Amino acid sequence: MIGFLRRLSPGIIVLMAVAPAAAGPSGQIYVTNEKSSTITVLDNKTHKVIRSFKTCKRPRGVHFSKDRTQFYVGCADDNVIVVYETATAKLVKRIRGIEEPETFDLSPDGKTLYVSNEEDAAVSFVDVETGKVFGYVELGEEPEGVQVTADGSTVYVASEAANIVHVIDTATATIKADILVGTRPRRFALTPDEKELWVSAELAGQVDIIDTRTNRTTGDIVFLPTGFRRNEVTPVDIMMTADGKTVYVALGRANHVAVVDVASRKVRDYILVGKRPWGLALSRDEKTLYVANGLSDDLTIINAVSLKVVKSVPVGMVPYGILIDD
Amino acid sequence: MRTLTILLLVGVVMGSMSSRAAEITTIAVGYLEITDDPRYEEKRAYARIRVKPHDRPLPGAELAIRESRILGRALKMKFRLERGKGKTAADLAGEVERLSAVGVRYFLVDADAVVLDALAKATADRDLLLFNISEPSDVLRASGCQAHLIHTLPSYAMRTDALAQVLIANKWREVLVLKGSLEGDAAYAAAFQASAKRFGVKVTAIRDFVLGNDPRERGKNNIRLMTAKDDYDVVFIADTEGEFGRYVPFQTNRPRPIIGTEGLIAEAWHWSWERHGAPQLNQRFEKRAKRRMTGPDWAAWMAVKAVIESIVRTKSANFNTVRAYLKGDRMTLDGYKGTPSSFRSWDNQLRQPVLVHTHNAVIERAPLKGFLHPTENMDTLGFDRGDKKCRL
Repeated sequence: MIGFLRRLSPGIIVLMAVAPAAAGPSGQIYVTNEKSSTITVLDNKTHKVIRSFKTCKRPRGVHFSKDRTQFYVGCADDNVIVVYETATAKLVKRIRGIEEPETFDLSPDGKTLYVSNEEDAAVSFVDVETGKVFGYVELGEEPEGVQVTADGSTVYVASEAANIVHVIDTATATIKADILVGTRPRRFALTPDEKELWVSAELAGQVDIIDTRTNRTTGDIVFLPTGFRRNEVTPVDIMMTADGKTVYVALGRANHVAVVDVASRKVRDYILVGKRPWGLALSRDEKTLYVANGLSDDLTIINAVSLKVVKSVPVGMVPYGILIDD
Repeated sequence: MRTLTILLLVGVVMGSMSSRAAEITTIAVGYLEITDDPRYEEKRAYARIRVKPHDRPLPGAELAIRESRILGRALKMKFRLERGKGKTAADLAGEVERLSAVGVRYFLVDADAVVLDALAKATADRDLLLFNISEPSDVLRASGCQAHLIHTLPSYAMRTDALAQVLIANKWREVLVLKGSLEGDAAYAAAFQASAKRFGVKVTAIRDFVLGNDPRERGKNNIRLMTAKDDYDVVFIADTEGEFGRYVPFQTNRPRPIIGTEGLIAEAWHWSWERHGAPQLNQRFEKRAKRRMTGPDWAAWMAVKAVIESIVRTKSANFNTVRAYLKGDRMTLDGYKGTPSSFRSWDNQLRQPVLVHTHNAVIERAPLKGFLHPTENMDTLGFDRGDKKCRL
C-alpha cells in the first residue's frame, strides 16, 4: 500500500506541473542526474522541486539551443543527445549514434554541436538539424570540456587522461595545437576578450591559464580552502561572469566553491557547499550561483552577491549539469 | 611453489632523441616476464572451477602505451613496448642486457619476489629502473629493498592497513585469523598481525588450515570447528590460493563477516570501482583485454604511465633527469582513485589509495576518513618513513 502511494505521488506532481505555454522564460531550472538517469525541474523563485522525469541513460552535459527554446542533454550510456522543448520539457527528438557524449558546446550560429566522445577519444561535429556527424577529430583519452570561440573558428577540448588541451580548427576539423597542462584537465572558461583560456586541472588541484595567442600556459591558480591539503582539492567546473571579472570554481572533493578575482588571479573566498561539487550555473542576472553536488545528491544555491549559501535542495542521484531558463 | 614465472620488463628505449622538433623520437619501454610462471598456471579446483583470476598483467601495460599515442603526437614522441622473456632471473638479466644495449632504461618486471630480488641484485650497478607490478611482498619494500626497484602494486602491509582501518571504523576490534600453508599466506597473515597492532585491533587466535577431509585433522580442515572457540567480531583469512577460503563465508560457527583474501578484500584495483574516471578506464581495458582489470593490470598500467609522465614533464631523454622527476615530489600521477599518486622516497613504493571491495562493490577507499597523517594521509597505509624498514 505504501509502495502504491509512493508510486502514485510523482504522477500527481506531474499533473500539477504543466508549464505555461506563454512565451518568455519559464523560470525553470533543469538538473541532469547522472546515476538516476533523471532530470529534476526546480522553480527559480521558490527553489522548490517541481517534478522530475526519466530521461536517457547517464545524462550529463546540458546546453540551450541558440534561441533557448530547446535544450540538449547528452547521455553517455545511450549514445544519444536528446532535444527537449525548454518551456515544457517535451521531447522534441533524439540525435542517435553519438558515442558516449559527455559535454558539448554549440557553435555561435546554433547549427553545430561539438561533442566530446569519452570512450572513442574524439570530438564529433554534429549537425543539429539533421543529426549527422560531419566532422570527427581523434583526441587524447577521455575528452571532456568543450569550448567554442565567439567567431566559431576554434574549439578547445580538454583530454582528461592525456593532460592535453587540443586546439581545433572547425573549418578543417584539424588540430592546430596541443597544449600540455596540469593533471586531469576538465572544463574551460574563456575571458570575454578571448585572450585567456582558463582550464581546471582536477588532480593537479589548480586552474591553468592559457594565452590563446601563443597557446602556452602563462600561470596557474592553486586552491587551498582552510583545513584541506592540496591533493584533496579537485577542481572541475569553472564559470566566468559576463564581465570577465570573477571566476567560480567547483573544488570537487574539497566540498567548496572558490571565488577568484580574474585580474589579480587571487582567490577571494571559499564557499562551503555539498559533497563533491562539480556542475556550476549562474542565473542570467548573475546574482545566484547554483552548484551540483555529485556525492550528496543535492543542489547548493548561493547568493552570488553576498557569497552566502541560501539553501540546498535534494535532487536526483549524482547531479551533473544545470540549465536555467530565466 | 610460487617461485617465479614471468618477468615483464618494461624498459624505455630512448631511440633517436633528436634535437630537431619535426622528428619523432621513439621510446621503448621494456616488459619482462617469466615463461611458465607458476603464478599463472591454470589453477583449477575440483571440476575445473577457476577459483581466482590469474592473468598476466601485460594488457595493462599495453593500454598505457595505447593511451599515450595522442600525447606522443603532441610531443613528437612515440612510445612502444619491447618484450623480453626467460625461465630464470639470470635469463631476465640477459634480456635487460640485450635491451639496455638498444637504449631501454625502464623495465616492467612481472615476476615473484625471488626473481625480482635476484634480478635487481644482478642489475644493481646499472642506470635503469625496474618496476615491480605483480608482487606484494613486504620484504621487497623493507630489508630487501633496492634503489632501482620501484613498486606500483601496493604491498601486503598497505592492504592489511586498509583492512585494519575498516575494522576500526566499524568498531570490529577482535579478529580470528585463519592461515594457509603457502608463503604468501604466511606473509599476508603476518602483515595483518602488524596492522592489527598498529591500529589497535586484537587478534584473538591464529589457526592454520589445511585442505582435506581427514577426520584426524578436523581441527585444521573443518571450518565450523575452527571457528567455534571463543568469540571474535571478524574472521581474517589468508588463503592466496582461494580454494579453502571460498568455503569460509556462511560456514563459520558464529555469524561473522569474512575479510582478507575472501569476503572483504583490499587491493590496488577492482572492476566495480565507479568513481574518479574508473568506469572509463575499466571500459578501455575490458574492450582490449576481454576480461576485467585486476590490481596487477592496474600496476602495470601505472608503471608505464609513470615513465611516460616523467619523460613528458621533463621533456628529457636524460635518464638521471627522468628518474629524479619520477621519484620526486612533483610527480602527480592520475591512478583513477581520486588522489594523485607519487613514489615514497624511503622505499620506492607508489603511494596510492587502496580499494576495499566485495565481489561486486567497492565498500571503502582507504585511507578512510579520520585516519590522519602529519603530511600525507595515504602514508597511513604501509611502511612510513619513520618505520625505517628500508635503507636505500
